[in-house]
Amino acid sequence: MITLFCLLLPFLAAVVASPLTRKFGHNAAWFLALAPACSFLYFASHLPEIANGEVVTGGYAWVPSLNLSFSWFIDGLSLTFALLITGIGTLIVLYAGGYMKGHPQQGRFFAFILLFMGSMLGVVVSDSFLMLFVYWELTSITSFLLIGFDHTREAARRSALQALVITGGGGLLLLAGLLFLWNISGITQLSLLIHGGDLVRESPFYLAALLLILGGCFTKSAQFPFHAWLPNAMEAPTPVSAYLHSATMVKAGVYLLLRLNPVLGQTPAWEILLPFFGGITLIVGTFLSLRQTDLKLMLAYTTMASLGLLVMLTGFDTQHAISAAVLYLVAHSLFKGALFMVAGIVDHEAGTRDVTRLGGLRSAMPITFGAALLAALSMGGLPLFFGFLAKEEIYYALAGGNLRAMLFTAVAVIGNALMFAIAFAVALKPFLGKPVKTPKHAHEGPVLLWLGPVVLAGLGLFAGLFSSTAHRFISSPMASAIEDKPVQVTMSTVPHLGMPLLLSIITVALGALVFWRLAQARVLMSRFIDALGPGPDRAFDAFIAGLVKFSSAVTRIVQPGRMDVYVTATFVLVAVTLLVPPIVYGELPALPAWPVDVMLHEWVFLAIAAIGVVAVLTASNRLTAIVALGIQGFAVAVLFLLFGAPDLSFTQFMVETLSVVILALVMTRLRLMPSDHRPVLQKLGDGAVAVACGLGFMLLLLKATQGTFNNSLTEFFNAYSKVIAHGANVVNVIIVDFRGTDTLGEIAVVMITGLAILALIRIRTGSTTLKPRDNDPDAPEGEGA
Amino acid sequence: MNTLIFRTVAPFLTALMIVFSIFVLLRGHNEPGGGFIGGLIAASAFAIYGIAYGVAAVRRALWFHPLSIAGAGLMLAVVSGLISAFAGVPFMTGLWIYPHLFGVEVPLATVMSFDIGVYLVVVGSITSIALALEEKDDA
Repeated sequence: MITLFCLLLPFLAAVVASPLTRKFGHNAAWFLALAPACSFLYFASHLPEIANGEVVTGGYAWVPSLNLSFSWFIDGLSLTFALLITGIGTLIVLYAGGYMKGHPQQGRFFAFILLFMGSMLGVVVSDSFLMLFVYWELTSITSFLLIGFDHTREAARRSALQALVITGGGGLLLLAGLLFLWNISGITQLSLLIHGGDLVRESPFYLAALLLILGGCFTKSAQFPFHAWLPNAMEAPTPVSAYLHSATMVKAGVYLLLRLNPVLGQTPAWEILLPFFGGITLIVGTFLSLRQTDLKLMLAYTTMASLGLLVMLTGFDTQHAISAAVLYLVAHSLFKGALFMVAGIVDHEAGTRDVTRLGGLRSAMPITFGAALLAALSMGGLPLFFGFLAKEEIYYALAGGNLRAMLFTAVAVIGNALMFAIAFAVALKPFLGKPVKTPKHAHEGPVLLWLGPVVLAGLGLFAGLFSSTAHRFISSPMASAIEDKPVQVTMSTVPHLGMPLLLSIITVALGALVFWRLAQARVLMSRFIDALGPGPDRAFDAFIAGLVKFSSAVTRIVQPGRMDVYVTATFVLVAVTLLVPPIVYGELPALPAWPVDVMLHEWVFLAIAAIGVVAVLTASNRLTAIVALGIQGFAVAVLFLLFGAPDLSFTQFMVETLSVVILALVMTRLRLMPSDHRPVLQKLGDGAVAVACGLGFMLLLLKATQGTFNNSLTEFFNAYSKVIAHGANVVNVIIVDFRGTDTLGEIAVVMITGLAILALIRIRTGSTTLKPRDNDPDAPEGEGA
Repeated sequence: MNTLIFRTVAPFLTALMIVFSIFVLLRGHNEPGGGFIGGLIAASAFAIYGIAYGVAAVRRALWFHPLSIAGAGLMLAVVSGLISAFAGVPFMTGLWIYPHLFGVEVPLATVMSFDIGVYLVVVGSITSIALALEEKDDA
């Protein structure tokens, strides 16, 4: 119960965010941060029991018949993520209070970020598949809102759309993958599924399920070639970047990979695909980040690289690789969150975040500089910091004698070395050196701004110093949950001589070299990447443009805007449907016997009907044709009456009358020529279609009446109409009682048709050109009208 | 259409047809008739009145917009179906009461109000189409 409340707390806070901000301005952050802080404390209170290998579960039945539930499941993996989300979330809300101070839509921003927080929290604690998927898509939608927050700029709108298309599309793949898992195992809950991995791995559908789920995870976690949305998402305000790209959004894919490791892992496909894509992403990410001069973009590409590293480690699938992934994930969340916030402070206070235009800020912003330095030391993986543990464990896991191990070790060393260089470029370049004139006079930001980075960077140091405690409560339970068996993470911050330390030293040396020659490296990398040609970002644009072109081409073919084409197509299709199946399957009716006992008056009405039809065809004037059509219809109505269907004939009379009236009225409206001027050839073609339709209906009716008539329904209605429904008129009783729901649908259609026709009549061509309103919610009312 | 005879006869014809349409609607449960056909008769009655006296006269006489009548009818039909929910039986189950009015037992049913709903929808929709078509372009 309390768990549910803690899960819903961010959503509740989002509801009150706007009014609170209107009342208290940016100080509302202090109140709003209470929501994630409370959740954080609640989750933290479970640390001891989770560390002892217990789990917290609960939930409610949702659709019991489908075995769907709203249920949560908190083990070491979920708990670590929940703590990161709520903990960093608390700091981000405070940071946003300072960063967005005075922004007219600050309340909306708080609401969005809290909504996102709630969705993300839901993803990591979900037990049932459906709940996971719903929250997963919610994070896509809320991140769309956050990235497009600055919606007046086209770049922000494009980035938001791109993120939604890529991650939302990946979400659909994930749904398909989860449905596969459900079908293979018959299980809808992750907590049960992780013990049934063998069942899934042995299934012939394993590969399909794996590829679909990887599609979901890789798009969410920005793996190459789906990474374009991540750097573009830097269009969002910095608190969003700091939150989405440190602990949350992009880690959701990694979370799911780790979560499903016991189910999908330990197979060749898993151990090939993940390290391959992860390794490419790591290298591409670091290379791309090297060419950037924008602090946020440099960090964004290293985020992408870090995600690649995590996916690579997950795919390695050894116990040490998993431990390394765990350590690196936590370390990355802390230092990347801090560095993003630092970049935001620099941008906020100095007015630019272009690293070539910054320098010498250390005396103006000492606290920020300190936080940046601590975070960079952790990111660079220097001793005493948590990042160091992660890097040692990574090398411990990867290093080995065979070719595969050496290849990936080399990838990791290059990636880490470049990230080392970027870390110090972000943390040192703006602060050291000669003071450079910045657009704004730089000074230290308020406490709301520097609190977050200081806490996160400090945690990176403390977690490294007190690593045994961190391992006991965070790393070991998390690794155990991923491996589905008890695991002890023991890596300590004291350097041990050995292969990992050697690799670390190489990494640091290489990183320092790149840092020293950063400007040259940047130019070199720019040339290299430009030589490669356009990347997936351009491909996305081309894809969207192609999609729009394709759909408008299809629309032009399907809806040319000519009524006669639509009508002809419809009736040709009717004729084909009626005529082709009986001919193909030899189901044509037998020729009926010539009736012998037709009465004289029946002949008369038949003749009237025939005369009506002839008159329609020969009429020189449209109005005459319409009336003649009415005569033909009346004659048929009389025939219905003679054959004992008074209700039908009654209705037919009225329908014919009204048809004539309405058709005549339409004629006067349309201002057509009084007579028909179609060329002979077209008349013949239209006539052929009409005859084919008539013939088709005749054959259908003949066939229907020649079959043996099952009169059980007739008997039922005759027997029960009076008894059950108190009505003697069987037809009407069927309409209003036995099949009343059908009638309800039909009258709704009649009503809607009336509305539609009214709307059509009101539209005059030329007088109103429909102009789509700009859907800018902040535009003054009536502007686009 | 504005012949003297037609203009003289039209109001009486319209009134007669509307009375007849209600008669047809109410007898529908036991004899040929019902909401749909009744509605069509009433709609043609309004069409006749409109041809004789013009659209404005019909709109005045109807008081409500024809589509509002149709909407009310749809609402009545839905509500008639929903009443059964309060009696704990499935949607659209016919419920009957037999009050005595002036000493005569009058069977009333949700089925009947449903049929009246059908009648109103048909009258409203068809009339609205016909009137919109009859109206001159300046409307």
